Amino acid sequence: MWRAITTILWKDLKIELRTKEAFSASFVFSLMVLVIFNFTLDLTTEEAMKMGAGFLWIAFAFGGVLALNRSFALERDESCIQGLQLAPVDRGGVYLGKFLANVIFMLITELILLPLFAIFFNVDITGRLPYLVGVLVLGTVGFSSVGTLFSAIAVHTRMREVILPILLLPVTVPVLIAAVETTAYAMGADVEPYFWFRLLVVYDVIFVTVSFLTFGSILQE
Amino acid sequence: MTTKPNKDTAGGVLNGLALIAMIVSLYMVFLYVPTEATMGDVQRIFYFHVPLAWVSFFGFFLVFVFSVGYLVRANKKWDNLAASSAEIGVLYCTLVLVTGPIWAKPVWGVWWTWDPRLTLTLVLWLIYIAYLMLRHYMVDPERKATFSAVLGVVGFIDVPLVYFSIRWWRTQHPQPVMAGGEDSGLEDPMVFTLVACVVAFMLLFFALLRHRLRHQAFREELDELHDRLEHEGHFQ
Repeated sequence: MWRAITTILWKDLKIELRTKEAFSASFVFSLMVLVIFNFTLDLTTEEAMKMGAGFLWIAFAFGGVLALNRSFALERDESCIQGLQLAPVDRGGVYLGKFLANVIFMLITELILLPLFAIFFNVDITGRLPYLVGVLVLGTVGFSSVGTLFSAIAVHTRMREVILPILLLPVTVPVLIAAVETTAYAMGADVEPYFWFRLLVVYDVIFVTVSFLTFGSILQE
Repeated sequence: MTTKPNKDTAGGVLNGLALIAMIVSLYMVFLYVPTEATMGDVQRIFYFHVPLAWVSFFGFFLVFVFSVGYLVRANKKWDNLAASSAEIGVLYCTLVLVTGPIWAKPVWGVWWTWDPRLTLTLVLWLIYIAYLMLRHYMVDPERKATFSAVLGVVGFIDVPLVYFSIRWWRTQHPQPVMAGGEDSGLEDPMVFTLVACVVAFMLLFFALLRHRLRHQAFREELDELHDRLEHEGHFQ
């Protein structure tokens, strides 16, 4: 099981290091979302403080969908899915490997986007920085837990990539709300964060477990 | 395994019961139950709105149960049941989202408010619309069944989390003061009417479910016949 996880994870990281496709697509797209927010809303620093957490997570979620789509489109292109199906390893291990790779890709994008956001909107993010990073990790884990599962579903549909956001965004409503509220707290907003923090943890635990358990039937031929 | 199109006594009885229950509840809603004092006649839509909401949530619960059934047993029957429940659930949920604002506008003064129950209904509608879209975009029937069963399970487990997150989110964001609470006490005739409507919409749900399943069975039989004829070379 452990070997399966690390092998899949290294394989995805290595592909990404060589092609940089998932990162460049999701990073540029997320950045574009932030720039468009700036044009369409023309915010002052104060307004940006208030709404910045929401912008950030919209940018992360949209960019994340691109990275997640890439995750299994990659396996489909050279018929690698058959390889994963035939591999004599635990299916849950395959899921966890893909899932961890997606979390890492999304987090790298987020951590680069964060200082750019602070510069563009003139927002101070250093107040509760460790907390902010923790929240990013928890939110990303929740988003890509179901995201990895649904990405494996989406590649088998006639619509391919188009269907993923339609499936994923309604189901991730709780994690998005909780992530926005805790991020706002980390950026100095006056929010009571403990309920949201707990909700993030609960969502992560539930959906990593459910996805881990159901991934086997997705991969079955 | 031929399905006899004309011998569906149980289905006929179910249709009849649903029809009678519908007529009775229409009578109760429009003639029997007294007009609500503060809201007036518009309140009568409540007797359609609330049962539709309850039965649609029940339908989504059935999708979950049948999806688990399919994941455990991999029997096509469970998949047909889950898909049909989702279709009728979405139909009912759509009617909930239509009847709600018609009632809200005169009573609350707004068509829509991001109240927990309304928001939950909208998010549920989106989840199960996605479920139906996924089914539509899948070709291989076995894969379609498995994938939608996974979505049926994930979607339903998500419901309490969506509800609590929206409820907590609401308490932190001020909302407009609304005239006339929703939880005003119900008189006995109102309770009877509500119960009659719940029974009517529940019977209609099962009658539709039965029709949908038979339709599905006929379609499968037709596909099978088509395949056989093609195999024997009739289509050349």
